[in-house]
Amino acid sequence: MSDKLLLKGGRVVDPSQSLDGTLDVLLAGGHIAEVGAGIDAAEDARVVDCAGLVVTPGLIDVHVHLREPGEEHKETIATGAAAAAAGGFTAVCAMPNTDPPIDDPAAVGYVAAEGRRAGAARVYPVGCISVGRAGGRLALVGEMVEAGAVAITDDGSPVMDSGLMRLALDYAKAFGIPVADHPEDLGLSAAGHMNEGIVSTRLGLPGKPNASEDIHIVRDLLLAELTGGHIHLQHVSTRFGVEAIRQGKARGVRVTAEASPHHLVLNEEAVNGYRTEAKMNPPLRTARDVEAVRAGLADGTLDTIATDHAPHHYDEKEAAFAEAPNGVVGLETALGVVLTKVVGEGVIDLSTMVERMSCAPARAFNLPGGSLAVGGPADVTVFDAEARWTVDPKAFRSKSRNTPFAGWELQGRPRLTVVGGRIVFEG
Amino acid sequence: MNPATAAPLGKDLVGLENMSAEQLTAILDTAEPFKEISERRIKKVPVLRGKTIVNLFFEASTRTRISFEFAEKRLSADTVNISASGSSVVKGETLVDTARNLEAMRIDMVVMRHGASGAAQFLADRIPSNVVNAGDGRHEHPTQGLLDLLTIRDHRGKIEGLKVCIVGDILHSRVARSNIYGLLALGAEVAVCGPPTLLPVATDELGVQVFTHIDDAIRWADVLNVLRLQLERMEGGYVPSLREYNRVWGVTNARLEAAERDLLVLHPGPMNRGVEIDSDVADGPHSVILNQVTNGVAVRMAVLYLLAGGQPERAEAAKEGGEG
Repeated sequence: MSDKLLLKGGRVVDPSQSLDGTLDVLLAGGHIAEVGAGIDAAEDARVVDCAGLVVTPGLIDVHVHLREPGEEHKETIATGAAAAAAGGFTAVCAMPNTDPPIDDPAAVGYVAAEGRRAGAARVYPVGCISVGRAGGRLALVGEMVEAGAVAITDDGSPVMDSGLMRLALDYAKAFGIPVADHPEDLGLSAAGHMNEGIVSTRLGLPGKPNASEDIHIVRDLLLAELTGGHIHLQHVSTRFGVEAIRQGKARGVRVTAEASPHHLVLNEEAVNGYRTEAKMNPPLRTARDVEAVRAGLADGTLDTIATDHAPHHYDEKEAAFAEAPNGVVGLETALGVVLTKVVGEGVIDLSTMVERMSCAPARAFNLPGGSLAVGGPADVTVFDAEARWTVDPKAFRSKSRNTPFAGWELQGRPRLTVVGGRIVFEG
Repeated sequence: MNPATAAPLGKDLVGLENMSAEQLTAILDTAEPFKEISERRIKKVPVLRGKTIVNLFFEASTRTRISFEFAEKRLSADTVNISASGSSVVKGETLVDTARNLEAMRIDMVVMRHGASGAAQFLADRIPSNVVNAGDGRHEHPTQGLLDLLTIRDHRGKIEGLKVCIVGDILHSRVARSNIYGLLALGAEVAVCGPPTLLPVATDELGVQVFTHIDDAIRWADVLNVLRLQLERMEGGYVPSLREYNRVWGVTNARLEAAERDLLVLHPGPMNRGVEIDSDVADGPHSVILNQVTNGVAVRMAVLYLLAGGQPERAEAAKEGGEG
């Protein structure tokens, strides 16, 4: 059987090569073989008619929680990788806050192997910064990188000890990987369950002030500046945080940062009625913060869109607000939400979306892909930017249903996800 | 549905937020005829005969639980008390299962107190029975708000235009929130006063004034509603000591005498004498604290009656068995 795939006549959008036009893309031997107009199909190639569809370098999500090992009732590496493929993602970076945490090379190897076995989107393991994710000693960073880790983070928790963060940023330079941080000063936020403001006051829920996030964003920028290390700031949600990163970039700090789809389109009002599907950390902030996150995404202060896909079993979310865990799933709604509510509302154009969801994530985490350049991996996403659909959580490949977007009417959905030249999702 | 005969409350009483002046007034007016029942020799009328009410208390409560129980018994309802105070049961999944089990037993009403804000709404959304919130976390305690409104109205003849200041730990107080919503809806001016560490953020956006000095609050107010200062607040570091709290924010006779008008002093209980309120105030001429307790039973009767489908204008007749 041939491994040749010809994607014919789609609108090819690849900001890495400044491409945007009706072109054909030929994949062969697991690589991009040719991009051009009127490529003749070899007799043994499978031809997919992409007329009316958009063809882009495969989408990459640098922030997902696949819950394995330890919480397989929420998600497994296999179901998470399948959900990613169904969402148009060709690669995801799996956070290490599992049980036990991914803090040694054997655990990293396990995630990588299970990811390969899943045969859907590529799964890149991320290792812990600290042993046991406990915030004390540095984990086996070098050995984890050898085993396949593409970054380190204690995500789920911040690194509270600034001394440890300095060590991590310094040490990681030897391996060329980013240190990703969930910026949060727990002294200000540990008791909180949502954004601190008028809505938390009305609902009688303890809040997390913006300052709890801002303080650690500023600290991380200062430490990246001090060490010359690469800090990757996760799920930025505050207006001051966006501005601090903008200024940090202007003075040359090695910083990349994420915006999550929910922080781009929802504000704290979504919590009204004690809706646990709108509970995540960092919390949904005010409309002013949402505007700032959108502006940060538009001007490149925030490099990547990352879902922070955080599956939870319905039993866990079906609870009083304070008892429910943080997090929402995002892999299967991200493209539709971003196309409808971010691109559709003119915050960024389609090409910038591809930059933020494919090219920039690949660069930030030094991953293959993020480009349709000839010779690169044949990781390609094909989507219909016009297709209208309604979010039905029951149809998710993910094991979990905890989405704030249930019932939303979206425009734009994946049609074909190709990883290494192999079709892993067809919709 | 004909608005004249529509139930003034919906299925549940979760909070006073979003309640209209008409609804609040209907409840207070309905409480009036029920007051007299508690003064009878035989304190029992057949208004809720055949109704099954579960009092589900996940948090310790003496006053509120007993007040509800008296209200239910004096209206002839069948009641069951479930006290689940302690740590292991205050979990969300237990609440789901509790709700389903109650539903399966075909009860009519649940009166619930729970430590989690939103717990009453959570239950109300999941069972067809009427749910009465007897306090959910720091969210709302609507029947306390209603009995405070009734007590103020009894003593001042109106709510509209009065200046009411809630004093103390506003941050953690469900009583404060229910009072604020109810008082504002009925046209009072509302202020809060307390240590800045115990005032929630964005209080001004609720439409209330903020005082940090108790003397300023007393000078401004017609009515003070003094909240209990929980001992845990000192342990939590919100205030350095109870003695200091009394010195800076305590309501004392000396402070009240400096006021130019005759203040009304309320307290939802239980009191910490010598902390947020001095004994000479609690036992003095300004205090209506025991009237609040008496009104609590009448207000809760009114709420139960209205949720069961009763009409405000028929309360008097219903008492005598006309609509049993």
